[in-house]
Amino acid sequence: MPQDAAPPPLYAPRAPIFPRRVKGTFRTLKWWIMGVTLAIYYLTPWIRWDRGPNLPDQAVLIDMAGRRFYFFWIEIWPHEFYFVAGLLIMAGLGLFLFTSALGRVWCGYACPQTVWTDLFILVERWIEGDRNARVRLWNAGWSVRKLRLRVTKWVVWFVIAMATGGAWVFYFADAPTLARDLVTFQAPLVAYSTILVLTATTFVFGGFMREQVCNYMCPWPRIQAAMMDESTLTVAYRHWRGEPRGKHMKAEDADQRGDCIDCMACVNVCPAGIDIRDGQQMECITCALCIDACDEVMARIGKPRGLIDYLALSDEAAEAQGVQPRPIWQHVLRPRTVLYTAMWSLIGVALVYALFIRSDIDMTVEPVRNPQFVTLSDGSVRNTYTLRIRNLTAEDREFRVMLTSDEILRIDVETEGRVPNHVAVPANETLQARVYVIARPQDAAAAQATTDLRLWVEDVETDDRAGVATIFNGKG
Amino acid sequence: MADKDIDQVTGTDTTGHEWDGIKELNNPLPRWWLWTFYGTVVWGLAYTVAFPAWPLVNSATAGLLGYSTRAEVAEQIAAVDAQNAEVAQRLATADLATLAPDDPAHRYGVAGGASVFAAHCSQCHGSGAAGAKGYPNLLDDDWLWGGDLEAIAYTVRHGIRNEVDPDARWSEMPAFGEILEDGEIAATVEYVRQLSGQDHDAGLAGQGAVLFEEQCSACHGEAGEGIRDLGAPRLSDAIWLYGGDRETLTQTITYSRFGVMPPWGARLDEDEIKAVTLYLHQLGGGE
Repeated sequence: MPQDAAPPPLYAPRAPIFPRRVKGTFRTLKWWIMGVTLAIYYLTPWIRWDRGPNLPDQAVLIDMAGRRFYFFWIEIWPHEFYFVAGLLIMAGLGLFLFTSALGRVWCGYACPQTVWTDLFILVERWIEGDRNARVRLWNAGWSVRKLRLRVTKWVVWFVIAMATGGAWVFYFADAPTLARDLVTFQAPLVAYSTILVLTATTFVFGGFMREQVCNYMCPWPRIQAAMMDESTLTVAYRHWRGEPRGKHMKAEDADQRGDCIDCMACVNVCPAGIDIRDGQQMECITCALCIDACDEVMARIGKPRGLIDYLALSDEAAEAQGVQPRPIWQHVLRPRTVLYTAMWSLIGVALVYALFIRSDIDMTVEPVRNPQFVTLSDGSVRNTYTLRIRNLTAEDREFRVMLTSDEILRIDVETEGRVPNHVAVPANETLQARVYVIARPQDAAAAQATTDLRLWVEDVETDDRAGVATIFNGKG
Repeated sequence: MADKDIDQVTGTDTTGHEWDGIKELNNPLPRWWLWTFYGTVVWGLAYTVAFPAWPLVNSATAGLLGYSTRAEVAEQIAAVDAQNAEVAQRLATADLATLAPDDPAHRYGVAGGASVFAAHCSQCHGSGAAGAKGYPNLLDDDWLWGGDLEAIAYTVRHGIRNEVDPDARWSEMPAFGEILEDGEIAATVEYVRQLSGQDHDAGLAGQGAVLFEEQCSACHGEAGEGIRDLGAPRLSDAIWLYGGDRETLTQTITYSRFGVMPPWGARLDEDEIKAVTLYLHQLGGGE
């Protein structure tokens, strides 16, 4: 290139993409997944779940102010955050598993960006027509008709975007109450601002950014590309079968050509705007729509399906030699995927186990260390403990506080006028009580440095109990 | 761009930059990215105009919105005060003796009292209120001047043995080194140890009993049970402000002690005195 030539542009505008409508197995599967995931997202906050009079009746609720997470029959307190950590680890391992077995299957089917973009394209197709009509409309100058179609589309997009942002906030408050407050402009500012931000991102990402989000904003394509290997099943073009491609089947050299008739169906349906025949590409989200498009064409020209198909890179070479490719189960069932499955299941089982052994009384004992002990007038030695009891049930409960030890010790709980050493913990609350443990001057615990003891709380009615080991400091 | 320089391997356009035969590929960034970048620049500049930012000689630009972190903190404090106004008012007017421990005003007072204690009292009495030699432990059940709410509030308000407050609690033990012989002091020490149930020389203690009757019982009581009106400590228990060993007792009797506490009525307002009184009373020894 001559030095005085103008430098090439370093920034490029987005090339518009007009995905054509397609029918087929994978498209049907994707419609179903879209329907189910969107239904889960929009409807979950409205499911009711009776927990008794003192607790919210929303099945899934993240109660920030009350610091509780409700999920149907499960209630998570802040000190049980390891459940959330465990679920996140499981989500990560699950993603590893699916990526090593099926490539970017998350991107192609379940990612919210894909699902909402798919929905927005569906709306676009309803209003502006299929690919050819949209291309014409794009190229046409502004007219009343174009303006009407565009505005209609944007309004529908905006309504969907607002519903999306709106659904999000219902997970954080009682949905019917919040809905009423939102309409009457009495909801908190944070609800409105959250809806505003999510409406804007949904509208822009689903309507205008689309594949740009995947290509330039999302880190997953790069990470997932690193997790795939030559045995991973991914959407690919059977190069050996399709090439050399050619348009006219009745041309002289037609019998020397491959199966690809260069009809561009795979390119026209692609929401990422790429040509799968160029091989593996960073932009490909493996949505498998090109498989459906190509199968349709192959059926029409009387060739077997699967010119574009789920393939492993290792199979491409084998198939070209005429060797039978490995069966699908051998691709999916590899040491790597088995290991991921094992790890995933192990954490899952551990979490379920932790959930079932979880007691509905939870107590902690914090010995007061400043000072370690107090000498009383009669020479007794007194230790102080801060006792916290969490009542994880929906009923008010009364507990007896007791201690066990090899040495003689006396317990005295600040009870504020109730039965001695009994404390009442309201439903779904944490009670903090000060517990004194006293050793008489003549007893061993008063003189020796430390004495082991265990503090117990026992439900007065059910006799359920929980205990925590701690120590008593003497003068020694 | 008629003469594009395409890289053979990748099929990508190059920028025309070349180093040792290696050409720089041109994968252009999306244009919206550029506009986003310009947007952040504009936002950044606008931000420095709207908010305090540019440093000047003595201060910084105030920003058009007039925002300041100090004002925000003041606002937050005012908001919390407003939120607590009702309970604070209740504490201010309530009779402490009848305030139930689970009353929100009681809890508010204890929490506020803990802050007052940490700021003003912990220097002498310790952060855990366990005291030190010469500084009473406030956790136990022994009180020099009384441990009910009224007595504690009076002590906090007026202090002890200070020249500032005419109503300060006052008493003074004579330095018996000027009155008694060394032997007599030693005998008294043995008797005091007998009173508190410690090991002692029975012969000397018998001698000391007579001296105690003459010299000490007027303030400390016939059996060493102490007299609170005089701030005279009880000598028959296990708690010692300075120490119950022979050396310390000899020192105490010979030279006397003169513990001082400032009058906090001058520094704390009535609400704070109420709060710290509630806090002290519920530490484990309140009467």
